[in-house]
Amino acid sequence: MSQSELSPGAPPPLHTNTIQDGQQSVWVKVTQGPGLVSVLAVFVALVLGGLLIAATDARVAETAGYLFSRPSDFFGALWAAGTDSYVSLFQGSIYNSNQGFAPFLETLTVSTPLICAGLGVALAFRAGLFNIGAQGQIIIGSIMAAYAGFAWHLPIGIHLLLVVIMGVVGGAIWGGLVGLLKARTGAHEVILTIMFNYVALYFLDFLLNTTAFQRPGETNPISPILDANAVFPALPGSRLHLGFVMAILLTILVAWILKRSTIGFEFRAVGINAAAARTAGVNVARSTILVMAIAGALAGAAGVAQVAGTEKVLTAGIAASLGFDAITVALLGRSTPWGTFFAGLLFGAFRAGAVTMQISTGTPIDIVLVVQSLIVLFIAAPPLVRAMFGLNRKPKNKPPKHAAPAPAAPASQGGGA
Amino acid sequence: MSAPAPTLPTKMRPLAPVSFKTPIMLSVVGLLSLVFFGFAGSDQSATFGISTGGDVFMLPDLVMPGIATGIVLGLGMCVLAGYSIFMARERRPTPGWVPMVFAALFIFSFLVWVVSGARTPQISLAGLIAGSVTLAVPLVFGSLSGVLCERAGVVNIAIEGQLLGGAFSAAIIASVTGSPMLGLLAAAAAGALVSVVLAIFTIKYVVNQIIVGVVLNVLVSGITGFLFTTVMQEDPELYNSPGRLPVIDIPGLSAIPIIGPILFRQSIVGYLMYIAVAAVWIGLFKTRWGLRVRAVGEHPKAADTLGIKVNATRFTNVVMGGAIAGIGGSFFTLVAIDSFTKEISGGRGFIALAAVIFGRWNPIGAFFAALLFGFADNLQSILTIIGTPVPSQFMAMLPYVVTIFAVAGLVGKSRAPAAVGEPYVKG
Repeated sequence: MSQSELSPGAPPPLHTNTIQDGQQSVWVKVTQGPGLVSVLAVFVALVLGGLLIAATDARVAETAGYLFSRPSDFFGALWAAGTDSYVSLFQGSIYNSNQGFAPFLETLTVSTPLICAGLGVALAFRAGLFNIGAQGQIIIGSIMAAYAGFAWHLPIGIHLLLVVIMGVVGGAIWGGLVGLLKARTGAHEVILTIMFNYVALYFLDFLLNTTAFQRPGETNPISPILDANAVFPALPGSRLHLGFVMAILLTILVAWILKRSTIGFEFRAVGINAAAARTAGVNVARSTILVMAIAGALAGAAGVAQVAGTEKVLTAGIAASLGFDAITVALLGRSTPWGTFFAGLLFGAFRAGAVTMQISTGTPIDIVLVVQSLIVLFIAAPPLVRAMFGLNRKPKNKPPKHAAPAPAAPASQGGGA
Repeated sequence: MSAPAPTLPTKMRPLAPVSFKTPIMLSVVGLLSLVFFGFAGSDQSATFGISTGGDVFMLPDLVMPGIATGIVLGLGMCVLAGYSIFMARERRPTPGWVPMVFAALFIFSFLVWVVSGARTPQISLAGLIAGSVTLAVPLVFGSLSGVLCERAGVVNIAIEGQLLGGAFSAAIIASVTGSPMLGLLAAAAAGALVSVVLAIFTIKYVVNQIIVGVVLNVLVSGITGFLFTTVMQEDPELYNSPGRLPVIDIPGLSAIPIIGPILFRQSIVGYLMYIAVAAVWIGLFKTRWGLRVRAVGEHPKAADTLGIKVNATRFTNVVMGGAIAGIGGSFFTLVAIDSFTKEISGGRGFIALAAVIFGRWNPIGAFFAALLFGFADNLQSILTIIGTPVPSQFMAMLPYVVTIFAVAGLVGKSRAPAAVGEPYVKG
């Protein structure tokens, strides 16, 4: 609506962007493009995180006492406090001289569920739906997968396949229910998914205290260990398992759905303009249910990766904060399949490295949450990042665009939150 | 809940399509509770203690036989359901008091059923209600924040972050200064700060409101968790021993059974809660300012045409909401327990969000919804102690399930402010 602030004489089809592209196209393309903003957002977030680490560092506080008499001490301590943590973060997630690239395998392991669940969130974004429910979908998926894994005893191959199917179906049911409620009653999916998360959480807590799920002779809420046939084969000497291949395949699948399939086209059409899609003959209700079910299935796959890959048992904390991390992963990945994949890798690296960082430098893991959320905040507000680096060279400020393709759409799809 | 349903005068549309949704819901629930709570109830009697030691006059315990009470209350619910069916057949809507009385009967019937089925079928009603109000305090503050923001058209998913930020800064400032009152102020400031970020990103940079809310929750959780480990745990004596706000006992009045403790034996945060509910309600519905806020939330363009500054109104409302939620957060560290731990708000911001919706974006409605959720929370912990057949997890689920029903329109119809979630760009 507001882009139409063109001067009255200008021909209507001309867009503000095109006018400027003629004059400073290269500069604009490089500086206004999403790529640079993403990189700068990560950079700024890391710097702010480093400052937070330094602010609570004892040595920094000590040298700040004589800042004016010898400033070099202070800045040295500041630099050391900030960088030490990041160096050990890197050593814990990519490479260190003792273990070689073994930490990188751990990064891949940690990213597997992040990628799967992130894909679920991203796909829903593309259809204009805000899926905060990955958490619940992961939980239900891992419940079903774990049950199939420890209660049934089947031959090799078939067992794992059934575990995967059960987990995916579990997630799909939990997500599809939200889609169904939204399509039938118009209830807002954000509220529904938040509530479904908690229902799933308490349901898991309940199950782990029943005889069907609790490990015999155990008072803690923990399930029996999954059968050897029911878990993903792992790379010897690491925790990396075949689930990572599943994550790659799912990324390819989602890319195919979005780019090549009819339903993917419908999802995108609904996401961009639900009313227009309806007019064009898309069954919006069906599309809503379907996309939530597929999103749930992807989150369910994340649950499978957890119980049949990394953990091999079902515990109350099986989903950790994966569902919420998945949202940030999808946002950082700009809701594209491969973007989500690499964002998942990045956040997986943060997660994996944070453990090492906490041990070696004493920096709490929570710093990862800070950096992660700052990254997403900055990516969501490109004008802010550009302003920080003085890149706002535009003569007339265009109203800022939304972060992800999804943002505007959920709100316009009908009241709710 | 207590929000007046926006029904048109029935005279004007005599042949309005009649809905059997309410009568059917009531009949099903009524019959189910008659069967389960009545005929299949426990043959023990449930005992409810009413008076506590310090009361001026003592009331005897209330002893309710399980099956008989269940049948009587169940029949009562069936009568109400029948009345609702009768009204629907007459093509008239069910009056608003019917579902409310029905809900009260249902809750009481359920209470008698669970208590009489327990190992020790005895609870203190006074303790149950007082505990519910206590647990509801942060929920009420959080939901008021939600109401203020959403009435102005900004979705506030960040209530959780505002509560957590408030709890953290209340703890640290009260510890360092030694004054819980300063802690209270710091909590309001921290909640407002979270809100300022929310407002800047959603209003100035027009970022999707839900994204910012979700991310802010993670951010606050990360920062407080980080500072908790690096600062508070290093020296808990200095940084994490805020002390408590004193309970102010109004002599005489606080000795009234049941309502005395909940109205007149509270900390300052508890009293502030009642004041805040009243102030927000009067502000929103009885003042010119409130009319403007609601206009901004329902139709920003029209409001703008009339000269109301849409984005400025939104900004102030969001910040005010944050300050209120921050005060609610101080409840965790200054009233409930006197120290901060990671994630101390424990998802209550989301229950508060549910209370906003269940209370239909009305401060008083949200207050009662929060009380109901506090009641469910408290009942759950009491039931675990007395040992009931119902797993406590299902009680804990209750607020969320009720909210799902509420947003899905199965329990009445809750309608959000029309422009909520949509950024307003002038032009």
